[in-house]
Amino acid sequence: MQADSASHARGGLGLQFIEFAKRYGARFALRGVSLAIAPGECVALVGPNGSGKTTLLKAAALLIRPTAGRVQFCSASAKGTGPNTNDDSCVIKRYIGFVSHSTLLYDDLTAEENLVLFARLYGLDAPDDRARAALDPAGLAARHKDLVRNFSRGMRQRLAIARALLAGPKLLLLDEPSTGLDRSGHQWLGAALANLAAAGSTVLMSTHGAGQASACVTRAIRLLGGSIAEDSAVCGDPRAMLAAALAAHQEA
Amino acid sequence: MASAAHAMETKKTGTQGLATLGVALLLAVAGYSALFVAPTEATMGLIQRIFYFHVPFGWSAFVAFFISFLCSIGYLRSRAPKWDWLAVSSAEVGVPFVTVLLITGPIWAHPVWGIWWTWDARLTSTFVLWVLYVCYLLLRTLIDEPERRAVVSAVFGIFAAFDVPLVYFSIWFFRTQHPQPVIGAGGSLDPRMRDVLLLCWAATLGLLALLLRQRYRLEALRYEVECLRLESDRRGPGPQGFATVSNPGRSG
Amino acid sequence: MALGRPIGILLAKELRTEFRTRELLVSTLVFVLIVLVLFSFTFDPTTAESRRFGPGLLWLALLFAGSLMLHPSFTREQSNDTLVALRLAPIEPVSIVAAKILANFCFLLVAELVLLPVFAALYNLRLLPVLGRLVAVLVLGTLALSIVGTVFAAISSQARMRELLLPLLLLPLLTPALVASVEATAGLFEDRPALPAVWVGVLAAFDTIFLTVTWLFGEYLLEE
Repeated sequence: MQADSASHARGGLGLQFIEFAKRYGARFALRGVSLAIAPGECVALVGPNGSGKTTLLKAAALLIRPTAGRVQFCSASAKGTGPNTNDDSCVIKRYIGFVSHSTLLYDDLTAEENLVLFARLYGLDAPDDRARAALDPAGLAARHKDLVRNFSRGMRQRLAIARALLAGPKLLLLDEPSTGLDRSGHQWLGAALANLAAAGSTVLMSTHGAGQASACVTRAIRLLGGSIAEDSAVCGDPRAMLAAALAAHQEA
Repeated sequence: MASAAHAMETKKTGTQGLATLGVALLLAVAGYSALFVAPTEATMGLIQRIFYFHVPFGWSAFVAFFISFLCSIGYLRSRAPKWDWLAVSSAEVGVPFVTVLLITGPIWAHPVWGIWWTWDARLTSTFVLWVLYVCYLLLRTLIDEPERRAVVSAVFGIFAAFDVPLVYFSIWFFRTQHPQPVIGAGGSLDPRMRDVLLLCWAATLGLLALLLRQRYRLEALRYEVECLRLESDRRGPGPQGFATVSNPGRSG
Repeated sequence: MALGRPIGILLAKELRTEFRTRELLVSTLVFVLIVLVLFSFTFDPTTAESRRFGPGLLWLALLFAGSLMLHPSFTREQSNDTLVALRLAPIEPVSIVAAKILANFCFLLVAELVLLPVFAALYNLRLLPVLGRLVAVLVLGTLALSIVGTVFAAISSQARMRELLLPLLLLPLLTPALVASVEATAGLFEDRPALPAVWVGVLAAFDTIFLTVTWLFGEYLLEE
């Protein structure tokens, strides 16, 4: 993929897993998953704990080296799919936002310093302005000079999401993003995802099925034991799958 | 199919027995020549004959560590587990070889210099070498996930290998600046002594190769067992042994 | 992508966090002071002996301090998986390691510069005439300690028994750097101070070799 001139153009980043397998010691976290997600899709990953949702998200973020197989990216604007050489991955990482299970934030830095740090690392222009602009909609503007250490769980989660949205991702990966959010937080997250979807970005998130975040979901995939058990693109209805996942989660 | 595999296994065991016999024979001949064929050294007398084991074990240990170093690089480049197996095998064989070196050294030194241990350059640096590779093996026992263990210990192995020449140079230079017991200067070796020395070296190299092969096969078998267990997990509960027969394409 | 920019950004982050908490700096200072004072009980520090033993004590104290204090540089990143955040960023992974090496180098060097007058006073050594050359030796030796120390902190952070493991891995590997630093420092406190070229060479070679090895293989340590 070229360092395209269309870097600020709208449009999502599609991705394709090809026989992707990841093994941790004596356990397969993913068993040869093949899956194509088109640019602009909003995909929900459901499944019980340990089914491989987090590993799949990490694989999409280029965080893990596959035991077998690979992951490829393609953008809606430029038809460029390339092997994951190091140069390439630096270009692609620029367009990926990731909300992990952990906050990915420095406790010893303030909210603003955290965002400025990542804005700089992503090579954004005017990092201070970008950081301030990101804090405001997250409802954290008043606390921007506070250390993250002193934030509540919900506020940290908001900041973690703001961090992932900072660089305007073309592919947003979220691992149970509504954890710890209150009602207004849910609404903000739902609105942010709707905005991204409107801009054509691809969204891939693991979820229990509840919350505003699931509103924009166009496709659901159920994982079981590191393989795809059900894909609404093949057969099934995403809403029904989310409802089933929610029921299963509440039962447990 | 099964009988062919069985025949191959028998053949393997056969060659292995032959190799073991050969090395044992070589060691016996080498031991005999060191004790009875080589001429007695003029000043040190009989005790000098330990030289024919001391020196070859040292040389072979260096060969083992060098193999380990190359395999560590090979592993990081290719990620093929076999490089890791060979790296750990050769380090694990090299350490006892250096142990022999460190034990035969004082046995030789005591009657000649009158003390068990001198802080002589070569002794000290060999001791540091021994500690480095003991640490390598220790590190491996403290990481459970096989891929992490392989990567991390390969990096440590490379660091250790680059450190060895620096250790030898700095300690040699340090000691030569300070007063030290005078060790018999080299001089030329009697040709018969040289021949016996080379024979002994060949014997220890044979021993090295034999142990390396055994240790490597152990590691390979361990891996195979793990793969088979994974494979049978994947197939779910079924007739025991069924999975092991019908798995022509084991994925690494 | 260029290495310099991300290294600069990450170095600024490390320095800012450290100077906010001052954990590493203060504990290194106190630790080395304690060791230097304890050493003074093992022999009479006012005699000419101190000139012979002084440099060795100083470097041993620094080495022990380094092997204990460098440990948090990677474990600190584990509490919120911030190392993952850095690996997500569009930067070369090796720049993460490089920034940590530089940061640890700065912390240790600052600690040393504070300790130097105290050390000279405690062990009755004349500092001023050799100050420039002494700082040069400190820079080379501390670089050696921070390169290997930082990389091994990344190694030990992935193992069990990590606090104990770092000194075990680090101290034997640093033998050449220790010998060279001590000998170079000792040369400066002779009657006629001279900087032994060989030992400076060994230190420079050590730094160059391990910087190169880190540059080639360091990024593998960050994978998962």
